[in-house]
Amino acid sequence: MASHHESIIREPLITGKDITYAQITDDVLRPVENKPTKAWWIGFIVSVLGASLWVFAAGWTFWYGLGEWGLNKTVGWAWDITGFVWWVGIGHAGTLISAVLLLFRQNWRNSINRSAEAMTIFAVVCAATYIVAHMGRPWLAHFCLPLPNQYGSLWVNFNSPLIWDVFAISTYFSVSLVFWYTGLLPDIATIRDRATGLKQKIYSVCSFGWTGSVKTWQRFETVSLILAGISTPLVLSVHTIVSMDFATSLEPGWHTTIFPPYFVAGAIFSGFAMVQTLLLVARKVLALENYITMFHIESMNKIIILTGSIVGVAYITEFFIAWYSGVEYEQYAFINRATGPYWWAYWSMMTCNVISPQLLWKTSWRQNIAFSWVLSIVVNIGMWFERFVIIVTSLHRDYIPSSWAMFYPTWVDVAIFVGSIGVFFTLFLLFIRVLPSVAMAEVKLLLKGSSEQAKKKLIEEGHLDPSHVAFYKESLTKFDSVDLSAYDKSI
Amino acid sequence: MSSTKFILGLFDDPDDMMHGIDKLQKNSVPIYDVYTPMPIHGIEAKLGVKPSRLGYAAFMFGCLGGSTIFSIIYYTMVHDWPINIGGKNYFAVPDFIPITFEWTVLFTAFGMVATFLYATHLFPGRTPRVMDLRATDDMFVIAIDAKGNVPHDDITSLLKEAGAVEIKHNDRKYVSYE
Repeated sequence: MASHHESIIREPLITGKDITYAQITDDVLRPVENKPTKAWWIGFIVSVLGASLWVFAAGWTFWYGLGEWGLNKTVGWAWDITGFVWWVGIGHAGTLISAVLLLFRQNWRNSINRSAEAMTIFAVVCAATYIVAHMGRPWLAHFCLPLPNQYGSLWVNFNSPLIWDVFAISTYFSVSLVFWYTGLLPDIATIRDRATGLKQKIYSVCSFGWTGSVKTWQRFETVSLILAGISTPLVLSVHTIVSMDFATSLEPGWHTTIFPPYFVAGAIFSGFAMVQTLLLVARKVLALENYITMFHIESMNKIIILTGSIVGVAYITEFFIAWYSGVEYEQYAFINRATGPYWWAYWSMMTCNVISPQLLWKTSWRQNIAFSWVLSIVVNIGMWFERFVIIVTSLHRDYIPSSWAMFYPTWVDVAIFVGSIGVFFTLFLLFIRVLPSVAMAEVKLLLKGSSEQAKKKLIEEGHLDPSHVAFYKESLTKFDSVDLSAYDKSI
Repeated sequence: MSSTKFILGLFDDPDDMMHGIDKLQKNSVPIYDVYTPMPIHGIEAKLGVKPSRLGYAAFMFGCLGGSTIFSIIYYTMVHDWPINIGGKNYFAVPDFIPITFEWTVLFTAFGMVATFLYATHLFPGRTPRVMDLRATDDMFVIAIDAKGNVPHDDITSLLKEAGAVEIKHNDRKYVSYE
């Protein structure tokens, strides 16, 4: 239904004039088909240095053992699980954009889904590095699978949320990868058909021989829809199960039924913040302003307000229930969080996660790119503190005061965390160099109906309600990529 | 006898291409296939392509995944080595739901995508059977088998009338073969 005309009162999803299908291909493939820019090299070198730090610190951990981390008998989980949950949470936005928004027919997802899904995969890779690192002896990683063995067979405990997590994270990673790669096939074929020589051969192998025939597209769409349908409950299950790692314990501060929805909302919150962090830079550097527009930025900011508010309500509910339950251990856990030795972590979390997203209610701030970018980083700092607060402040003072202790990270803890950010950005920068960062085929679908030029043509034809047209023009003023002078003349 | 194997009508607009399909069909010219850079809805109905049955495959794979892991869990936790945890039931079904769900999703995704790739003959290293290199970029290509479909000039003019920007008479079926 390429000729489908959309209501004029909806904001355009592609801006700019004289955009053709070929133009979309050229714009999206510019970073792939040309030599990398200086900015890319600088970013890449810094990221690779970070990734090397991870390799060094993880190697150090495996060589000398987990004793090199700051863990002690009381705080047996700290930065490792904090980092793990943080990364898995970040990954959730990609699946939300690619699956949930597909089911809801939110077409604005089309230009951001590819990079968001890539972000999901790289974030889950980073999360997986923590799991592997905290095993201490990663060569025994297969012990968490139900493999027949000579101890009986002694099986894994399927009643344990930690084993559920093994299955959830591995399923999430592999299904996300399949979803992402299937979506990439038509776009890889586009690169293949424009390339020559060795590059063409490599992309040819990666394209699986995609042709774009009628039957192929029909099956492709069925596959996309069903993958979206199963990824939606999957993504909800993943962070639910992550939260059960804590919620099924008897630890005050962890043993709460609110955790699953609260973790899922927090995950989407931090994930969208990371999407903003990446895309606000990418749209500028890759010159994608016409495809990732102010409408996209504002929509994501609105999701950040929503999920941030859910998280805020969850924090307050937790506190209320601790008081209402009458359980003194639970009450102490929460009083200790806010006023104990880790008060600074708690209040950093509250400021970054509860107060800062509320600033986005103000339209002009929500539409300010620099503000949105800084805020997205603030949110991610806040979400890291959230996991730190939940994990460390609950553990460091529980039932037996004689066991109370503090947690101090060692340089290895810090290096593994900083290094994982390096791993993430290395993978992401490689991705924007070798694969199309916008799903070209899906953006092309929007050109005839939802683009600014298509809507402009409708206005010029002059059969529209003038009040609708005026409303539409008003909505265009927020776009930084729309040439408003063209509109004053037309009516 | 002309050496033309395939006649290609290249359109730069999907609506013109749909119009081209109508025109060809009205004149009883069979269409070999259509290649587009993006999915065009409604084209399957015109060409009489049956709905995809991948949904059934996905469902069956999901059932397989769920029952496989549930059987494994039942065997290990209830049959082979039941562990007494505070006298609770060995067959603790609620505990088994998360992993059963995960494998249902896992098998659905992998089984369905594998079926899709198998049925569509897509695999790493397959030589792309491309009739026109711009069909993955900005051209909507209708391909007509030239054999038996004569006169070729009539087909050319039909395509032109429908708004084709370019018409190719190719001596080779696929241009991507080296």
